[in-house]
Amino acid sequence: MLEIKIFSEPLNIQSCIDWVMTDESGGIDVFIGTVRNATKGKKVVRLEFEAYETMAVNEMRRIAEDIVTKWPVHKILIHHRTGLLKVGEVPVVIAVSAAHRNAAFDACRYAIDTIKQTVPIWKKEVFEDGEEWVTPNP
Amino acid sequence: MTINILAFGIAKEILGGAVAGVNVAEGVAVEDLKGKLEQQFPRLRELKSFMIAVNGAYAKPGQMISSNDEVAIIPPVSGG
Repeated sequence: MLEIKIFSEPLNIQSCIDWVMTDESGGIDVFIGTVRNATKGKKVVRLEFEAYETMAVNEMRRIAEDIVTKWPVHKILIHHRTGLLKVGEVPVVIAVSAAHRNAAFDACRYAIDTIKQTVPIWKKEVFEDGEEWVTPNP
Repeated sequence: MTINILAFGIAKEILGGAVAGVNVAEGVAVEDLKGKLEQQFPRLRELKSFMIAVNGAYAKPGQMISSNDEVAIIPPVSGG
């Protein structure tokens, strides 16, 4: 079972964990993205996330469906934020439940790595003296 | 035909707004649209790459576009 959503309001981490919990699960792996206070030595004031929402949900669903074919997991939840986020706020929560931990760890890792490569969401870093759209590392 | 191109992230700044009109031949291929966009908005060439999405999915270079498709420029993504 999958739950894929984009929110413009703060994410509720506990409700994400609760949603993936099943009686059959032996473990839940959770990835929580957080806004870091600096990039390459420059102080970050806030991040702005923009999404092509319909496509972003499609692509995240595709990743989750792919995971189900690769690993024996029970439930996958991906919640992603848009809008302005301050240092310490949470842009993304991924939670995966499985009978055994290896599948949960591997699936969660695959989810965040693939989201960063393919899902049409963009972040702008706002510094004290300017702002810049983030371009991923080659 | 004129296609309204949706733009996001840095592409929105390069195109000067969230939507930009581009004149192309009916049934233009994705790769030709990319060339046309680079002509009209040369700063797109400064991006490491950009993709075209048609109706909410990544499009292949040879895919044809018609006037009622939803077309978007996808600059390098940076979510997560």
